[in-house]
Amino acid sequence: MADTATASRVPLVHYLVLDDGDPHLVASECTNCGARFFDRRNACASCFGTDFRQVQIATEGELRTFTIVAFAAPGVEVPFVSGVIDCDGTSVRGNLRNVEPDADHVHTGMKVRLTTYSLGTDDHGTEAIGFAFEPAS
Amino acid sequence: MSDDIWILGINMTKFGKHIDRDVVDLASEAVMAALADGGVTMADMGVFAAGNLMGSGGIGQQIQKQVGQTGIPVYNVSNACATGATALRTAIMSIKAGESDMGLAVGVEKLAGVGLLGGGGRAKKDGNEWEPQGRFGAVTSTDGRIGTDTMPGVFAQVGMEYGHKYGGADFELFAKISEKNHAHSTLNPLAAYSKRFTLEEIMGDMMIAYPNTRPMCSANCDGAAAAVVVSGEKLRTLSLEQQRRAVKVSASVLTSDPWQEACQVLPDVNTLTKNAAKTAYEQAGVGPEDLDLVELHDCFATAELVHYDNLGLCEEGGAVDFFNSGAPWRDGVLPVNVSGGLQSKGHPISATGIANIWEICHHLRGEAGDRQIEGAKVGLAHVIGLGSACGVHILEKSATS
Repeated sequence: MADTATASRVPLVHYLVLDDGDPHLVASECTNCGARFFDRRNACASCFGTDFRQVQIATEGELRTFTIVAFAAPGVEVPFVSGVIDCDGTSVRGNLRNVEPDADHVHTGMKVRLTTYSLGTDDHGTEAIGFAFEPAS
Repeated sequence: MSDDIWILGINMTKFGKHIDRDVVDLASEAVMAALADGGVTMADMGVFAAGNLMGSGGIGQQIQKQVGQTGIPVYNVSNACATGATALRTAIMSIKAGESDMGLAVGVEKLAGVGLLGGGGRAKKDGNEWEPQGRFGAVTSTDGRIGTDTMPGVFAQVGMEYGHKYGGADFELFAKISEKNHAHSTLNPLAAYSKRFTLEEIMGDMMIAYPNTRPMCSANCDGAAAAVVVSGEKLRTLSLEQQRRAVKVSASVLTSDPWQEACQVLPDVNTLTKNAAKTAYEQAGVGPEDLDLVELHDCFATAELVHYDNLGLCEEGGAVDFFNSGAPWRDGVLPVNVSGGLQSKGHPISATGIANIWEICHHLRGEAGDRQIEGAKVGLAHVIGLGSACGVHILEKSATS
């Protein structure tokens, strides 16, 4: 980060926007058919259009499916809840946090909202921020 | 009809741990046995397609050096878990194109002991600096931070999504599907595992990714399967015994996944399977009600459930009722995975798409021994590889037998 005057932060992925106090996810939306993508595309996978605009993804949604991963690659903390969240019509992949990772506490259809958390600070003082979803009520 | 295609010879090796044998050894064993089964030699082959995912490439030419180098075209194919089906279809397409009248396909994998597939990703750099990289500008591995990349977790979500949509699918139901396949495997001497588990043992085993416990996951193992395919025109010049044992390939279909809203965040294994099944039934001129047995891609117990629906074995949304009716047990109305399926027979990835066809052929020929489905005339074999690729083959007993 060029600006050393303030402690800088970087998002875990570029589709997480950290706007002060208003973190949210963004996607590239095809201006022709409305299909949304979290990574770059040469053409729309749905209609082959080549014009995209950036759109904000709703920060609240409904858990459409999940798994509780108990066994993962080395270095990945377990257990954790992985899921797909329907954010007002856009499917988002993410973990659930701030909920017990067991089938008594996690169920499909539950309302969730976006949350962010710190992944730690590097040698240059830059803090990485991750995102997840947490129960909305 | 001049463009009909037949399986003339087919074989699968014992699935399991083959510590002293490499992929070339295993593939060559399956090839030699498939040729012998069909009563032909490498001299009769006009095309050779070889599938392998985890090896170093060029597997087809390496196998030729073991079984016979005749200068025919070799296609080395790689298409995730549909690799074997893709190899078979490559040989079939060559025959349909009129380039050859007989062809060979093999799939082989050494997978014993490799453990968890998928997941991991890059570790944080030594310099301890958050540096955005890759298509998502990720500063570190996203596996475990933004969902899971592991196969048991991905397919767990596939099954749980079906349950959310239609209801009735819980941990116990998925475990019961696994109980069925492990019970079936006890009759299959070539299965990697042929141990029957109680429902309690399955549910009480090590959890991998809820609701998939260890026995509900496909078994990584070594193995190979090979098939010789022949045109109908050529088959009619062969012996009556060869014609009697030949199995008709009534449909051979390969699909990839068309764009669906959620497919970029959770692989959509449903749409391409539905598309493949629909096309296959049309090609074969049969419907699900005509099937006597099905081998489908139960890479995880949670996957088997959704494919009952995707393959049209039940009405839409009816997979849970279909299972609970007892239909897919070997004494049910439509036996599914009587081989034991990927959960117990094993899943040496590239071999799977030919091994499941071997299983169907075995029954259609009336050669399946203790696990024979009596009177089987029509069967369906299905594989799916993430990414995605789906292969569906419909096979029919020879009319002359």
